[in-house]
Amino acid sequence: MPKIVAVTGNEAVAEALRQVNPDVCAAYPITPQTDIMQRFSSFAANGKVKTEMILVESEHSAMSACVGASAAGGRVITATSSQGLALMWEILWIASGDRLPIVMPLVNRALSAPINIHGDHSDGMGARDCGWIQLWSENAQEAYDNTIQAFRIAEHLDIRLPAMVCMDGFIISHSITRMEYLEDEKVKSFVGEFKTLNPLLDIEKPVSYGPLILTDYYMEYRKAHEHVMSKVPGVVKQVADEFEKMTGRKYGLFETYRLDDAEVGIVVLNSAAGTTKDVIDEYRAKGIKAGLLKPRLFRPFPYAEVGDALKHLKAVCVLDRADAFGGSFGPLFMDIASSLYIQDKKPLMFNRIYGLGGRDYMPDQAEHVLNELVETAKTGKVQSVKEYIGVRE
Amino acid sequence: MATPLSLKELSKKEDRLTSGHRMCSGCGAPTVVKMVMLATDYPVIASNATGCLEVSTCIQQFTSWNIPWIHNAFENAAATLSGVETMYRSLKKQGKIDQEIKFIAFGGDGGTYDIGLQSLSGAMERGHDMIYVCYDNGAYMNTGIQRSSATPLGADTTTCPVGSANPGKVQERKDLTRIMAAHGIPYVAQASPSNWADLMKKVRKAHEIKGPKFLNIIAPCNRGWRSKTDDAITLSRIAVDTCYWPLFEIENGVTKITYKPKEKKPLVDFLKPQGRFKHLFAPENEWLLQKAQEVVDRNWDRLLREEEFTAPKSE
Ligand SMILES: Cc1ncc(C[n+]2csc(CCOP(=O)(O)OP(=O)(O)O)c2C)c(N)n1
Ligand code: SF4
Ligand SMILES: [Mg+2]
Repeated sequence: MPKIVAVTGNEAVAEALRQVNPDVCAAYPITPQTDIMQRFSSFAANGKVKTEMILVESEHSAMSACVGASAAGGRVITATSSQGLALMWEILWIASGDRLPIVMPLVNRALSAPINIHGDHSDGMGARDCGWIQLWSENAQEAYDNTIQAFRIAEHLDIRLPAMVCMDGFIISHSITRMEYLEDEKVKSFVGEFKTLNPLLDIEKPVSYGPLILTDYYMEYRKAHEHVMSKVPGVVKQVADEFEKMTGRKYGLFETYRLDDAEVGIVVLNSAAGTTKDVIDEYRAKGIKAGLLKPRLFRPFPYAEVGDALKHLKAVCVLDRADAFGGSFGPLFMDIASSLYIQDKKPLMFNRIYGLGGRDYMPDQAEHVLNELVETAKTGKVQSVKEYIGVRE
Repeated sequence: MATPLSLKELSKKEDRLTSGHRMCSGCGAPTVVKMVMLATDYPVIASNATGCLEVSTCIQQFTSWNIPWIHNAFENAAATLSGVETMYRSLKKQGKIDQEIKFIAFGGDGGTYDIGLQSLSGAMERGHDMIYVCYDNGAYMNTGIQRSSATPLGADTTTCPVGSANPGKVQERKDLTRIMAAHGIPYVAQASPSNWADLMKKVRKAHEIKGPKFLNIIAPCNRGWRSKTDDAITLSRIAVDTCYWPLFEIENGVTKITYKPKEKKPLVDFLKPQGRFKHLFAPENEWLLQKAQEVVDRNWDRLLREEEFTAPKSE
């Protein structure tokens, strides 16, 4: 029987990692992730996992050691947030370029300066183009479920790419919630034995990792990477189907909420989706046809499917918990706009930046956005494409 | 039984870094690497920092490496190998692997003294069972001879070029070998390809010691040193005989000079054949030439005293 528990997001992710029981883990502290690696270290220290720990001196070395360990041939994890991810950035590209299925929870936190330890998506967005798979999670249950599924997706023999599992710092990582843990045996058999592919530790068949490839073939490698990325959504769905059979919990490339017959819609990642759904219910009760789309697989981004799910709306607001400085729009907005551009019929669109540095996202912000959406749908005019909300003037 | 350290026997062994790589002719680095790998009969897995050695030995779709090899980035050869070694330990403990395998990281001086120092320090402190080999050619050669903290005092490089207001590098070299010794790791040594038997003995010894080991090996670069293409071994010998590059080891805190030149040659013997020091022989730079000699004398003297001081007390 699955176990009903009351735990924090970090606790849930640490529990998933314990159940997966990887071969090697590189650990380095950073708020709000620290708690995951601390809990995992305690599992290792108490013989609850077979994992060998590498207690590195930086996140740069954490990811570097993960690359070495993964290339050696085994299941490898680490976890990070914010500055830690920024420091790893160089090696993120190498992990994906070398096609190494490392799994890394990312507890989303704002980037310095000014230094801020709270949740926003600047860190994950800064790493969105580095060839990793990114799964985003609304709550502890999703973070737990996504972590387990991430191993299957990353290690799939058609994929072999590293995967990040994102959840909101503090809002999810540190709040206690009711959720379900699976039995250890079920998780173990779901993720299965790690299958090695060209392991360095095979002395009989020496392989070279990390060659120099210049103008003659570099581009073919990049194209091959893009090709592999295109296979990810299929595998994500296949793994989600199997997961649903085991747990009854349904996952797709994204979640839609009251979207099918909606006239206006909000697109939002992670924890803010919960609040938004509540407010949508209130508006529905008032007869306003509002709905929501919450991306789960953010990289690779399922453009066609997302566009298809949104194209019937009159107006869409994309809520971004990060900005892309330089006069352009928030990162999620740009992807949603691209998804809709290829559709014949396009909704009116605007972008609202919210919740930076952990600023609370309150129901009144969702109301404000929904009112604006209704107005836009009615007048056929977008007042202002991009604005910050919940901020002092 | 391990292959005896005789040229006859060693020459029968297969090269673990094959010919056909694209390092400059006369480069010291591949010779150093070959010697290091020839010294052991154990299976070896290597990591390699970005630099001349790495870019020239594994170019799509060829590799000169006959052993499992990984290049990750510039500053993380040590961290990368620490990951490989940890996976090895994990799988060994789980009974999934039973072979005895040895681990060697190769990095240039830039990748070791400078940008990779943190990664190296971390890996050594954590106690991974591996040897880190720095092939020290005294500059960032791959990017075109820029100064590193291993560049000798007075040298002309492309980022501390000799000019009307600058006499070359004005700082002394960082003493990395001693920094590594200060980590308290079981074995640290300095070697030179001119003294091949000494070099190989050190590698052998290092492989038999469990834990982190560090070897600093001089590797002449004719491009950067502005020296003759066939001078790599001669120059590394002069480096040893002038005590610019003393051969010593520090085993569990005991310092032993493994070769003492019968007659310590003047540093100018090392500097003269190298174009990067040409300007030091101009009258206005005499002070720098003198200082360079003083630095060598001071370091050699300290090493002699250290040997005495750390020698095990005879009862
Ligand atoms: C993070 C980073 N910074 C800079 C470089 C550029 N770079 C590549 S090799 C190199 C010099 C390598 O010097 P060294 O380690 O001494 O090896 P050598 O080429 O002399 O053998 C530099 C600066 C890089 N690849 N990565
Ligand atoms: S530049 Fe120097 S170190 Fe690099 S390959 Fe040529 S000789 Fe060797
Ligand atoms: Mg160098």
